[in-house]
Amino acid sequence: MIRGSLLRRALPCLVILGMFLVWEALCRLFGVKEFVLPLPSQIFSVLVTRWDALLPHAMQTLMTTVVGFIGGVIAGTLIGIAIGSSRLVYDAMYPLLVGFYSIPKVAVVPILVIWFGSGTVPAVITSLVICIFPVVVNVATGLATTEPELEDVLRALGASKADILWGVGIPRSMPYLFASLKIAITLAFVGSVISETVAANRGVGNMMIIASSNIDVPLVFAGLFILAFMGIALYALFALLEQRMTGWAMRKNEFSM
Amino acid sequence: MTQRFVVLEDIDFVYQTGENEGMLALKGTNLDIPRGDFAAIVGPSGCGKSTILKLVSGLLKPQRGKIDVAGRQVTGPVKIVGMAFQNPTLLPWLSAIDNVLVPLKIVQPYRSQFKARRAEYEERARALFKTVGLAGFEEKSPWQLSGGMQQRASLCRALIHEPELLLLDEPFGALDAFTREDLWATLQELWIIRRPTVILVTHDLREAAYLADRIFVMSARPGCIIATHDACFARPRTLEMTFSDQFVALYHALRNEISEARVEAMA
Repeated sequence: MIRGSLLRRALPCLVILGMFLVWEALCRLFGVKEFVLPLPSQIFSVLVTRWDALLPHAMQTLMTTVVGFIGGVIAGTLIGIAIGSSRLVYDAMYPLLVGFYSIPKVAVVPILVIWFGSGTVPAVITSLVICIFPVVVNVATGLATTEPELEDVLRALGASKADILWGVGIPRSMPYLFASLKIAITLAFVGSVISETVAANRGVGNMMIIASSNIDVPLVFAGLFILAFMGIALYALFALLEQRMTGWAMRKNEFSM
Repeated sequence: MTQRFVVLEDIDFVYQTGENEGMLALKGTNLDIPRGDFAAIVGPSGCGKSTILKLVSGLLKPQRGKIDVAGRQVTGPVKIVGMAFQNPTLLPWLSAIDNVLVPLKIVQPYRSQFKARRAEYEERARALFKTVGLAGFEEKSPWQLSGGMQQRASLCRALIHEPELLLLDEPFGALDAFTREDLWATLQELWIIRRPTVILVTHDLREAAYLADRIFVMSARPGCIIATHDACFARPRTLEMTFSDQFVALYHALRNEISEARVEAMA
């Protein structure tokens, strides 16, 4: 039993390690050129030797992503509550939201640059905008699908609308909110990196654009690795938080992390 | 002279389903229940039994007629009411005891004193848990309790704020026969101690005759009261009593009336 769970915890790491080994072996076997697909070992050595230069870019991207994410989650939760607690607002706002979300975010960045200049601000806003939609949809769904029987328990006691929202609606939507946070945090990286590649002089996205114009392919891949690592780390953080906060909604231990 | 506690006068209620037409659930319903009485409402399924409870509690408003509870006309949710439903409807993110404390967080005057007197209220909840045989399960989550235990907790929640009027909507409908009979005894015991006015909606005629002082029989939809029976058996009642001739006669009378109502509805 203990061995089994230990194996299960180690399994994701083993899969990642295995992927690198296969990658390394295939590249060496077929003699793939460095500027086409570098070896994992080369990428790691770039990460180590140029760590001092990479760190500020990584921190910049992390900062813009997290700030944008927080803003997006707050805005998304508020809009989600408004939409989810009123049929009228839901019907009125939903098409507009879908329309906004259908616009490719990369097309918005130039406009943000005109408004706010290049650098941190458009990166934060892009990741904020990209986060909002999944949060809104999930929070609204959580509220809209709250069982009327649960609300009746409070309504029969003469509870106000605000009481019902705080007592039933919001706790009931927490699992939906946390599910959306895991999607939103990975999307937030997409947003900030898109913006950095278009208009910035710092950040992982910017670094990758410069490295690729110098055909420094190992450095480009080092940037990808940093993004992937930060994505996994924040995803895991929210998965853990989800488990702590909404354990009541996840009783099947086969699926809980 | 006993006080008229719950009075329904000539109630019509329509569920709005489509644009124009609705479904007439109640038509010309009258009901009169004195204070401290244990009343039961029985009838064919879909006759509007649950609708009556929702009207009395103020969750729904009638299109015609007047409802008084404790001498005051019902215009919105009534605060002296405790309600239990067929589903236990416990909030899954709260422990059993926190679920039972929910009414005290909502209803005045408990609400404004809740933080200061929390320990006292918890003690009160624990005492209730003990009465219904749930002692030791206070900190469990709802999904860790069996159906019968959840229903007991739901009963505690309906009673914690000491309501003067207890509305029970088929609270034991989803339970097995043995658990149901256990809970009849528990409910009777609680009623004898506190003497709230009770309206029990049920489709179990034995349950109605065992628990209630007065039984109202409803017609098929659109529902109205077609007969009233007094069940004058000595309290506390026992399961043995349900096999007496008098009880069986009452049971048969109820059963025949409802059968007739169903046949009429189909004709």
